[in-house]
Amino acid sequence: MLVIRADLVEEMVAHARRDHPREACGQLLGPEESDRPERYVPMTNADDAEARGSDYRFDSREQFAVHKQAMANDEEPVVVFHSHTRVPRRPLTDSGLPEAYPSVKDIEYMGLQPGVHFAIVALTGPDAEPDLRSFLLDDAGEVVEDEVQVVENYMFSHTGAADVPPVAALAPDVPDRS
Amino acid sequence: MSATVSIPTILRTHTGGEKQVKADGSTLQEVITDLEANHPGIKDRLVTDGALHRFVNVYVNDEDVRFAGGLDAQVPDGGTVTILPAVAGGR
Repeated sequence: MLVIRADLVEEMVAHARRDHPREACGQLLGPEESDRPERYVPMTNADDAEARGSDYRFDSREQFAVHKQAMANDEEPVVVFHSHTRVPRRPLTDSGLPEAYPSVKDIEYMGLQPGVHFAIVALTGPDAEPDLRSFLLDDAGEVVEDEVQVVENYMFSHTGAADVPPVAALAPDVPDRS
Repeated sequence: MSATVSIPTILRTHTGGEKQVKADGSTLQEVITDLEANHPGIKDRLVTDGALHRFVNVYVNDEDVRFAGGLDAQVPDGGTVTILPAVAGGR
């Protein structure tokens, strides 16, 4: 499960809106091994497929600068974020939104960062309703949807097993790609 | 000529969990060859077809080696080599 403050979600969504129709990307840093995102760092999308607007890549020099700063602060990336901005040619959800689901290329790169949540905001237009979902790779390398719990602040969030509604009640159906 | 190499989580299986290891060499190529001698298997995670793998970013001191000669990048004595996972995706 990804427990995340509402203001951080707003920052990600605002970034996705600003950059639409290009994919926006960024990372949420938190204390090492806390699994708790504390601040959003928007990243420059350095992918050269700008005309297509359908890929993202962190600018490598900027990534290094953020890495150095994070190391100095005992922080690490807790969440990697990017937006999906286009309606898929073959709709995969009934919602009519571009589905917030990792692409084959997304999954390839997810495998490089075990334990990191990969958040996707699907946004059909700059003013459209955002669809936020999060994913992880399990130990077998399969994509699993990661329930997102948005909280006002972490002090009053309850994430114990007894407080968690059944996953089926919250998690939208993940399309079967097998 | 010894450098300190910073290892990302995904590659620490090759270094017994160590975050930083020492390696000798005056170019990145030599550093990676020395890394492989002590941490077998790591080279294949970094290099493919004689070039750096697209899944990794490698920095010597503060510069991305893709802008500094790639595997031929000079590694100064006492320098730092940082390996980070590339972060990318898309349809």
